[in-house]
Amino acid sequence: MAAVATCDSVAGSTGSAVATASKRNVTSFQKRGPRASGTNDSGPRLVSIAGTRPSVRNGQLLVSTGLPALDQLLGGGLAVGTVLLIEEDKYNIYSPLLFKYFLAEGIVNGHTLLVASAKEDPANILQELPAPLLDDKCKKEFDEDVYNHKTPESNIKMKIAWRYQLLPKMEIGPVSSSRFGHYYDASKRMPQELIEASNWHGFFLPEKISSTLKVEPCSLTPGYTKLLQFIQNIIYEEGFDGSNPQKKQRNILRIGIQNLGSPLWGDDICCAENGGNSHSLTKFLYVLRGLLRTSLSACIITMPTHLIQNKAIIARVTNLSDIVVGLESFIGSERETNPLYKDYHGLIHIRQIPRLNNLICDESDVKDLAFKLKRKLFTIEAEVQKGVSTATFLLDGPRKKLFPCLFQLLGVACIPWLMASSSVFKVSNIGESLCYQLSGFFSAYLFHF
Amino acid sequence: MFVELNNLLNTTPDRAEQGKLTLLCDAKTDGSFLVHHFLSFYLKANCKVCFVALIQSFSHYSIVGQKLGVSLTMARERGQLVFLEGLKSAVDVVFQAQKEPQPLQFLREANAGNLKPLFEFVREALKPVDSGEARWTYPVLLVDDLSVLLSLGMGAVAVLDFIHYCRATVCWELKGNMVVLVHDSGDAEDEENDILLNGLSHQSHLILRAEGLATGFCRDVHGQLRILWRRPSQSTAQRDQSFTYQYKIQDKSVSFFAKGMSPAVL
Repeated sequence: MAAVATCDSVAGSTGSAVATASKRNVTSFQKRGPRASGTNDSGPRLVSIAGTRPSVRNGQLLVSTGLPALDQLLGGGLAVGTVLLIEEDKYNIYSPLLFKYFLAEGIVNGHTLLVASAKEDPANILQELPAPLLDDKCKKEFDEDVYNHKTPESNIKMKIAWRYQLLPKMEIGPVSSSRFGHYYDASKRMPQELIEASNWHGFFLPEKISSTLKVEPCSLTPGYTKLLQFIQNIIYEEGFDGSNPQKKQRNILRIGIQNLGSPLWGDDICCAENGGNSHSLTKFLYVLRGLLRTSLSACIITMPTHLIQNKAIIARVTNLSDIVVGLESFIGSERETNPLYKDYHGLIHIRQIPRLNNLICDESDVKDLAFKLKRKLFTIEAEVQKGVSTATFLLDGPRKKLFPCLFQLLGVACIPWLMASSSVFKVSNIGESLCYQLSGFFSAYLFHF
Repeated sequence: MFVELNNLLNTTPDRAEQGKLTLLCDAKTDGSFLVHHFLSFYLKANCKVCFVALIQSFSHYSIVGQKLGVSLTMARERGQLVFLEGLKSAVDVVFQAQKEPQPLQFLREANAGNLKPLFEFVREALKPVDSGEARWTYPVLLVDDLSVLLSLGMGAVAVLDFIHYCRATVCWELKGNMVVLVHDSGDAEDEENDILLNGLSHQSHLILRAEGLATGFCRDVHGQLRILWRRPSQSTAQRDQSFTYQYKIQDKSVSFFAKGMSPAVL
């Protein structure tokens, strides 16, 4: 039903992407005209929205999160109409970076932004966005960076965990002709003219809370109610949901909400375990999701979940969001001095990926991911695991000493032995009895579950 | 509808039991494939279905339904399917004052009310129409999922009351079936959710529990399904039957196998 366009056609000119993308069928998008067919299947539509591409799996429209490595882990990008929830790290150092990458990606692609914060004025947040790395300059600098970084390491072969040498690294270099997902230089600021040329709306809670915006009675905290009303006004007035007959919008609205759930928003879930407003946040998320599902928008929310006292609320919030990514930085924890993690700044956990329009989702096979903030880039890599390497090491040991270890090891880890090469079992200088015991032992292990 | 799951449950669309409450629950994994299965199963069995979809939009179920061989849009047009799209209804309720009571009216109220408007909606949707010949075999109520109602401010007791009223109407009076999905929060200490889950487990005839593997993520085995048949009304000395299978979800079907017998391992 949903036609999938090839991704090569996305790599075109900057301004208007010359790509055919088919949107997920949202009922409010059906054009009420002579062309509209009676059913919801409207066939492939020629929609050209900059900065989006259809998903390979189900033709859904995706936008980039601003980090190409994260896009790859999420199955291509963030689907339009969904919520990306970032669980903040403990000292809130790295989650604002992801927030800013998302907004910067919106400015570079010409999307409309809606920035909501209770702590910082949105104008200030926009001033601090990272500068995009433009193609011709950045490729040279990136190659230089990678070369310096990789040369000393690549010569060292992995002696112990030789199998892991074959694992691909997660990071990808910038493709010069890609228009989906850009690279940003965290040390430089976004040029002022780009910010001024963009269309953005800010919601700063201290300013809006005293305004007399007409608000429908609702049982949420006043801050959330005002924010919801604001978002709904923007979506309706700028035509992102297709219901406004005057406005024909062909752009994406990127919504960014910072520190949702913190006491600055008037919510007390971070202060008390059973406060009076324990349902405010979940109701807000539900109504927000309803707004997003019927409009051309994508939302990023950062939330200090480590501060929420009631663990049940975290589970409910996770169920109500589409993609949940958790950041865990090593600052102040004992992992900072752990030699395994010396190259990285923290761990990134992909806690949930949605199954939209599908029974399955694109989960990455690697679950242990670490991130580091290099001079210019925020990279995500798979950790090398240390635990399994000890078993493979024993395989190379001298044959004489092998068998006493063998029985002990079988008790510890069955799986590596199932993958062991057959040369281990061809031992010719052992008596018959031991051979029999061995084969009996192995057969018991192989078929016992 | 997954043919392998039908074989495991020993049913077909033609000869399914009536008057039963089926509880779907998922722990540490996504059990929504079971909802898609039952939706397509009952549509193929020519039942009148009322689907209270609180968590995803209509197009999501419609697209997956097409992979499983049913067309939700056609079913809705000919009156076989009554679909309540929770997300859209919530936006309407919150942003505009409506004149008639809406099914999700409780979103406007400050303190936890009850789910009476939602029950009225269900009863209205499934009441038998006296139009001569009976077009549909029996009514079915599907709810996806009940844990969302707890997140929206309803108490566990209010939700249990709602299920009780629905069971009295749908299962006993109209001799239909009910299928509800509840998330199991596991160690997240969600007391309200535990009350709801335990209460429903005692009332249901069939419990399908999708769990993630205890050893963690695996590419070839997506989880484990526990099937438990119960007879809640009879206090018998018979033990309830329980089976456990592991499964792998594919693009259009789900394959089930005994524990440890995944084709990837053998």
